[in-house]
Amino acid sequence: MADLEAPQSKTRDLDKLLLRAGNLVGPDFYPGAELRDDIRDYVRILVVGAGGLGCELLKDLALSGFRNLDVIDMDRIEVTNLNRQFLFRQILLLEDVGKPKAEVAAKRVMERVSGVEIVPHFSRIEDKELDFYNDFNIIALGLDSIEARRYINGVACGFLVEYDEDDTPRRETIKPMVDGGTEGFKGHARVIVPGVTPCFECTIWLFPPQVKFPLCTLAETPRNAAHCIEYAHLIKWHEVHGGKSFDPDEPEHMKWVYDEAIKRAELFGIPGVTYSLTQGVVKNIIPAIASTNAIISAACALETLKIVSGCSKTLANYLTYNGGEGLHTKVTEFVRDQDCLVCGPGILIELDTSITLQKFIDMLEEHPKLLLSKASVKHGKDSLYMQAPPVLEEMHRPNLSKPLYDLMGRVQKDTVHVFGTGLKNEEKHSSLTKLRVVFKGADGVTDMDTAIGA
Amino acid sequence: MIGLFKVKEKQREQAQNASRGGGASVKKQSAGELRLHKDISELNLPSSCAISFPNGKDDLMNFEVSIKPDDGYYHNGTFLFTFQVSPVYPHEAPKVKCKTKVYHPNIDLEGSVCLNILREDWKPVLNINTVIYGLFHLFTEPNSEDPLNHDAAQVLRDNPKLFETNVRRAMTGGYVGQTFFPRCI
Repeated sequence: MADLEAPQSKTRDLDKLLLRAGNLVGPDFYPGAELRDDIRDYVRILVVGAGGLGCELLKDLALSGFRNLDVIDMDRIEVTNLNRQFLFRQILLLEDVGKPKAEVAAKRVMERVSGVEIVPHFSRIEDKELDFYNDFNIIALGLDSIEARRYINGVACGFLVEYDEDDTPRRETIKPMVDGGTEGFKGHARVIVPGVTPCFECTIWLFPPQVKFPLCTLAETPRNAAHCIEYAHLIKWHEVHGGKSFDPDEPEHMKWVYDEAIKRAELFGIPGVTYSLTQGVVKNIIPAIASTNAIISAACALETLKIVSGCSKTLANYLTYNGGEGLHTKVTEFVRDQDCLVCGPGILIELDTSITLQKFIDMLEEHPKLLLSKASVKHGKDSLYMQAPPVLEEMHRPNLSKPLYDLMGRVQKDTVHVFGTGLKNEEKHSSLTKLRVVFKGADGVTDMDTAIGA
Repeated sequence: MIGLFKVKEKQREQAQNASRGGGASVKKQSAGELRLHKDISELNLPSSCAISFPNGKDDLMNFEVSIKPDDGYYHNGTFLFTFQVSPVYPHEAPKVKCKTKVYHPNIDLEGSVCLNILREDWKPVLNINTVIYGLFHLFTEPNSEDPLNHDAAQVLRDNPKLFETNVRRAMTGGYVGQTFFPRCI
């Protein structure tokens, strides 16, 4: 066949997926060179994190035909990163330790893959404007904390501002995310399509509580090395250093904690305190393994390609991987939480721009889907009204007589959260609901009655 | 999806060619803040506990609670606690520190509080109200079994009368052993 005789094309493997029809393709799939070229020219992907997952993701995406990538990471390269974050080197003339991860990662991938453009961003994800995130088609996450994931999830789901009559979001506003995470031999990859699949908040209850030792165990009855380390970290530090806050990235601080932990361990005859265990307990680090990162990033990059091109059915929707004993992966289809505060459609409320906050709160009591009494109202970061406690109620009271439209910054529509006592099936219960507020007449469209010459 | 992306790209170019207006994006709130606001609006505190917001209504993640026990060893003393709530609330317990220096078996001299629901027994289903009740309970029923201040715990265990005297002396302002306690009553 032609394949054997023609010279090996660089895009040979990609071509197999994109240039021909198949049995597992998605509904919008049109095979052909145009598809491959469109991916190269039009699709913009943001990779969040340039660490273990981020380095792999950048490589995988660049080699999968994507040409417009951005990467954001607020950290600098450390020696301990070098066992797996392969884009970084510390040998001969290459001294990467101390440089920003995003910048070095972008540079290295651009050196090896011709034609790819990677824009690095050495900053915190919270410091970017929301418009920044809106410019991308897909956001690929290589993060290491619940907090960061929650934040990006909030941003992506916040773009779902328009819905049709049956509460499905408009397709153009949907911003898919591919989220990967690893810990030692375990990892996960999931596809989040806001409004369709569960978002990060819908499934946040899956996380087990963090391991925290009782302070009195640390103070009186330590039994293992971790207790000794946490004693030095949480109790002894404040006794000796007063107001100075502990900085885990400061080697002197870490060394002090290690020395104190050793003393404590000797006092109680507990073995096992080492410097690396100290770092692990204090910074919550689990040793990272290069292969886990490679596997999870590969899954994420493949999902990104599938979502964009439709060349195969996408993961539905949560893949777990465990390589600790043998090899196990499983895909579970989680369902959305219909009442999710972040990705749920909320209840649509149409208002006149003249309505005061007081009138709005009264309306909530009458609204058939809400029947909400003693409502408090929150718009984004602004708390508009709080029913209780008395000290806060007083601080918010002046807002009651102002138009809601003004309090919300005169936007034509936005999300608002209300909480209070709701009535459902004759029973009172505490409720927290998302509302989509749309102001009529906010675009300067005049009422028919007031038109000149009427 | 790609058809959509091409349309978006054209829209983006058009928007860039036209002048971009204002676009001050509202800063994102966290779902944790929402849950915290709800918890605060539903607080049901006894008269002995009062809440205040030193940073005003725009920063509800940092607040103070003062507790004035009406009963027990510590009655009539006023004890101030600071609460710091993290963005991942309710998955992480609020960080609570005691700002009043107190002679107590479960509160050390740096202000760390040994309360199970603040650390190993915290669950997301708990809230600010339960934490405040837990703190209140520490004053009405101090216990010598999980001590942070082992001298105080020992005295409570072996000599409750002396413990009562020590607590009174500490609250009215005075020395217990080598440590001076400022007046808080």
